[in-house]
Amino acid sequence: MLEIKNLAVSYGAITALHGISLSVPAGGIVTLIGSNGAGKTTTLKTISGLLKPKSGEIFYDGKNIAGLPPHQIVKLGLSHVPEGRMIFANLTVMENLQMGAYLQTDRSAVRHALDHVFAAFPRLQERGKQIAGTLSGGEQQMLAIGRALMSKPKLLMLDEPSLGLAPLLVKTIFEKIVEINRQQGITILLVEQNANLALEVSDFGYVLETGKVALQGDSATLRQNPQVKSAYLGGV
Amino acid sequence: MFNFEQVDVWQRVIEFLQQLINGLALGSILALIALGYTMVYGILRFINFAHGDIFMLGAFAGFYLAPKIAAVLPTPSIWAGLAVMGISMMICAAIGVVIERFAYRPLRRSPKLAVLITAIGVSLFLEYTGQLVFGAAPKKFPDLIPVYPLTQFGGLSINSNQVLVLGVTLLLLLALKFITLKTKIGTAMRALSFNPEAAALMGINTDFVISFTFALGSALAAAAGILYAISYPAIDPLMGILPGLKAFVAAVLGGIGNLPGAALGGLIIGVTETLVSGYISSTYRDAIAFGVLILILLIKPSGLLGKKEVEKV
Repeated sequence: MLEIKNLAVSYGAITALHGISLSVPAGGIVTLIGSNGAGKTTTLKTISGLLKPKSGEIFYDGKNIAGLPPHQIVKLGLSHVPEGRMIFANLTVMENLQMGAYLQTDRSAVRHALDHVFAAFPRLQERGKQIAGTLSGGEQQMLAIGRALMSKPKLLMLDEPSLGLAPLLVKTIFEKIVEINRQQGITILLVEQNANLALEVSDFGYVLETGKVALQGDSATLRQNPQVKSAYLGGV
Repeated sequence: MFNFEQVDVWQRVIEFLQQLINGLALGSILALIALGYTMVYGILRFINFAHGDIFMLGAFAGFYLAPKIAAVLPTPSIWAGLAVMGISMMICAAIGVVIERFAYRPLRRSPKLAVLITAIGVSLFLEYTGQLVFGAAPKKFPDLIPVYPLTQFGGLSINSNQVLVLGVTLLLLLALKFITLKTKIGTAMRALSFNPEAAALMGINTDFVISFTFALGSALAAAAGILYAISYPAIDPLMGILPGLKAFVAAVLGGIGNLPGAALGGLIIGVTETLVSGYISSTYRDAIAFGVLILILLIKPSGLLGKKEVEKV
């Protein structure tokens, strides 16, 4: 579904990605793990069009989308939940969700998407009229994911959904992510610092180190890999 | 003796009311301009210093449109006035979009200072091109709208123009409120002003929303230009400088980026200025009005309705 070939990205003189290649098959959950500054967020931002690649290709459903503006990429069915959630704290919960469906002109399709989101996150329905900035951290993460689902994506990219959440909430959010994948058939590309959890829910994993793919493999295999264990899983 | 004093007090009240009404009329014009400054700041975080000149172009558009409208509609009449204002708003909306497209958009990723200096350049360009095309000498703005005295009650003089200015301003404010709070594009404007990156991820075409914001702000400035020219019918290419500056001050006073704040700031500046020139000194009018601004900002640096903005790192 998503095929990245030799993608290189730089911020001015600093190169963040030195030509990475990865692939996300339809229906699966693929994770990118790695330490801070490894290039995980840069990868997602480049896929969704927020950053322009220096070189390389990003094929989505066979079409090269590298360098397209974000709003055209969203239209193709690719939705990105950014790091730090980035909900619109000045808008209500409902308005945030409406913005998620910005490109959707068919009202019944919007209502349908809304029903799906409320079924997954009933809490958001209760808080519909509340200003999003007053939600708790967990609710904000639910809103960020719900908002991304409003565009009816085929591929959902999540950047650090566990960031700043209590362990119990992290568990809930990850259960939702798996549920979204299984029940709605949405392909997922997950970026996480919590490698343990990420490898547990995903089918395939890539380990990024300083802008390069250091390791890749089935998530189950990666979890047994001594290098991964010592560097990312906190094992010995 | 007693009776005489009573009359004196009555006359003071009337005089105060008179100044207040004059101040509100001037203030609403400033409020309309201030909204454009604050909207653009809210979205792009820069001060569009050319905005006052859009106000001037609005008045000149009206000046050149008036004879054409007079050929179609009976002039002076309220319909001719509204037609001129509507077309002038559309012309200025288009000019605003073009300015953003060619002067500011290429600098979207440049430091804010570069855009600010460009805005000053655009301002000078419009002023001097205006002098070249329209001529530097003041022109008499045509009588578009019939003026009736509404009351002479106890010396209080209100005419239909003042009511018109207040009424049109109120309608435009309500329309703007509706657009920003109830429509999809308005919600997108608010989303974009909060976080442009997240807005782009929603599928919002941020360039389009920015163009729309310039169109909206410029249309309001054009309306202000027409209302101003109806009230003070001598127009010239540099007429936008001082009202533009005051409207900018009004936007800061209300809390830059805050729409009700800009409207409130405009009214406060207009009323203060009128009261100061009526009661204290018309020479020091601007100095005192700006003094009030400094005082308010010392007490509340984020402006009257502004929220403290947390610097994003």
